[in-house]
Amino acid sequence: MPDARVIPIDGGERRRRTPKPSARDAVAAGAARATGERSRRRTTSPLIDPASAAAAAAATTAGKGGSGAARSKPAARTRKAKVGAEATPEPTTGTPGAAGPSRARSKRPARSSAAATPPAGSAPAAFDELSAATEPDGDDASILTGPEASEWERRIAGGLAFVRRRLTGDIEVDDFGFDPELTDKVLLAMMRPLYERYFRVETRGLENVPAEGGALVVANHSGTVPLDSVMTQLALLDHHSAHRHLRMLGADLVFQTPVIGELARKSGTTLACNADAERLLRRGELVGVWPEGFKGVGKPFSERYKLQRFGRGGFVSAALKTRVPIVPCSIVGAEEIYPILGNMKTLARLLGMPYVPVTPTFPWLGPLGMIPLPSKWIIEFGVPIATDGFAPDAAEDPMLVFNITDQVRETIQHTLYRLLMQRRSVFF
Amino acid sequence: MVTGVSRYLGGRFAQLLQADPDISRVIGVDVVPPKQDLGDAEFVRADIRNPIISKVISQAEVDTVVHMSVIATPVGAGGRATMKEINVIGTMQLLAACQKAPSVRKLVVKSSTAVYGSSPRDPSMFTEDLEPNALARTGYAKDSVEVESYVRGFARRRPDVSVTTLRFANFVGPKVQTALTAYFSLPVVPTVLGFDPRLQFVHERDGLEVLWRTTLDEHPGTFNIAGDGVITLWQAIRRAGRPGLPLPQPAAPWIGQVLRRLGVADFSPEQMRFLTHGRVVDTARMKTVLGFEPRYSTVAAFDDFVAQQQVSGPLSPDVVGAVERRLLDVLVHTGSAPAQPGGIDA
Repeated sequence: MPDARVIPIDGGERRRRTPKPSARDAVAAGAARATGERSRRRTTSPLIDPASAAAAAAATTAGKGGSGAARSKPAARTRKAKVGAEATPEPTTGTPGAAGPSRARSKRPARSSAAATPPAGSAPAAFDELSAATEPDGDDASILTGPEASEWERRIAGGLAFVRRRLTGDIEVDDFGFDPELTDKVLLAMMRPLYERYFRVETRGLENVPAEGGALVVANHSGTVPLDSVMTQLALLDHHSAHRHLRMLGADLVFQTPVIGELARKSGTTLACNADAERLLRRGELVGVWPEGFKGVGKPFSERYKLQRFGRGGFVSAALKTRVPIVPCSIVGAEEIYPILGNMKTLARLLGMPYVPVTPTFPWLGPLGMIPLPSKWIIEFGVPIATDGFAPDAAEDPMLVFNITDQVRETIQHTLYRLLMQRRSVFF
Repeated sequence: MVTGVSRYLGGRFAQLLQADPDISRVIGVDVVPPKQDLGDAEFVRADIRNPIISKVISQAEVDTVVHMSVIATPVGAGGRATMKEINVIGTMQLLAACQKAPSVRKLVVKSSTAVYGSSPRDPSMFTEDLEPNALARTGYAKDSVEVESYVRGFARRRPDVSVTTLRFANFVGPKVQTALTAYFSLPVVPTVLGFDPRLQFVHERDGLEVLWRTTLDEHPGTFNIAGDGVITLWQAIRRAGRPGLPLPQPAAPWIGQVLRRLGVADFSPEQMRFLTHGRVVDTARMKTVLGFEPRYSTVAAFDDFVAQQQVSGPLSPDVVGAVERRLLDVLVHTGSAPAQPGGIDA
């Protein structure tokens, strides 16, 4: 039963968003909702309110426990009543078999078990859980199917439901700690203006990224602050035809750092080690890796667009082992956002960081210096390098791994030079 | 023979075993008499730290030994030194006795995923053959590592005995009491600021079933046992409806100390590390080799613990849901009041 708790809320919500209610149904829904509202204000017994026969039926089937509680607990009455009344639009609007009744049926055993326990006084914890799981369903439904529900009302309802799910821990993270909802609606949403307006990112060759199955995106790293990974993530989520989440591999320093480590995990980053890379690729995820690491992000401005050493080629052996294609990705524009003129090595050592940059604006302008320069970005995904043609034990051949690493590196380097030639200026 | 029957899981397991008609005799061993009724199981008050245990094994011609007395908290044992003695010396004595007893055919050891340690360099999931990145230097984790190494030594010397090591994730459930369940029952749950570790739980029911299966059948090897999926620390705290209190990382050891002083929960530095970086294990081997599917996922197990032990705090889903509804009423109602009557009339 606790398992069933998590799924129906999201599933139900999705289902409810999709059906477009016809005009008549919508009116009925509106009426039903209004009666709910009115009854709540008057705090008369809403179950005998002029709701339709379906309402009564739904209330009796789904709300046995609710009505029981209502009789003894006036405070609870309005709430339960609302569920009963607002459950009514569902049979009329939703597809009859799927959305409304099936959920009502799934609720019924839980409710009746709750009704068996004495409703007076403090409700047992189990009951709290059940009611919390079922009631907000009705709320979302009334708001989202109501015809007069304006766009912003829907947003408020959605926002509140989001906050409630956060506050009650009613979320799902995968084994790696990836929280898709938080990533999409909060973390990346904050970055979208940066992507669309500020850096005006132009993507090329998105069709080279497979729409499904595992693939390894390998890109150049730059920009002092690794914004390039966030932008690549956004490019693939918003602009790729399959809207894929990019699962990135990060250095262990990321996970040692408070807040950053937590956010990185939640946005789908995991530790850059072969075990994790292979696990993600085997699950058919799109994995992004920046093999230059800190050597790439923290290199001085004079070395811009010169690729550093590509790690130890671990990413190639992971791709070879899981036989997924390697997609070379070249990012132009990220080098100019925070040009590194110098590095405060002593301070870096003190802080345990790989570098503390000195840029034209940082630290001279204080917090203002943290504003990146508005360069124009181009992210180009190159033709994938297939790895399934090699023997299964190819990953054990260091020479082959080195060769493929070099091949990927050269491809990215040449694409960078080509893109730089095409670029009119840094900022436009 | 089951060791550690005076504690909850050991006792429950002994009860289960003695209820099975195929098992002729169940001997429970522990230092203190069991609090719960063991049924028809015989209880031998013996300290596994001294050679008496050898006599018990040889006299009763024990064929299966389930070693469950590796304890996690020094409070119950009477200090860290005693705890270490029971865990490590006790295991050594027990294994020495088993090695001398030709009747012993099977050894099942309850270990813990704590052997993997926890650090920011950890892979997302530990498989059974991955080595820990940060070797545990203290406490329960170190004991578990040592116990496992002695068990491996025993397996090498007695190849005819089937040895199963079960590495359990943290137990939760309606009854079981651990440092972690005490932690989640605190009125305000302290956490480490800026970290939201992934945790994994196993429901006590699932844990007992795995023990049951490995005791009755032969499944030599080492297995990770955990519920499906993960739960983050904050998710767990919120599901328990409790307020969390993030404290900066340098204060972490201090939190542990204060908690220990107050006697509310027992936290070693290594447990604080666990609550900073978390730990997740891969249970593929449990599913394919043992063929065991846990009934409770990690989240479901935790929810069951919250519901059954009535941990639910002031911020329970019910309260939050009610606040949401009130807010929704206020916002939507005031905002679209003129629009609504029109909608109904039309």
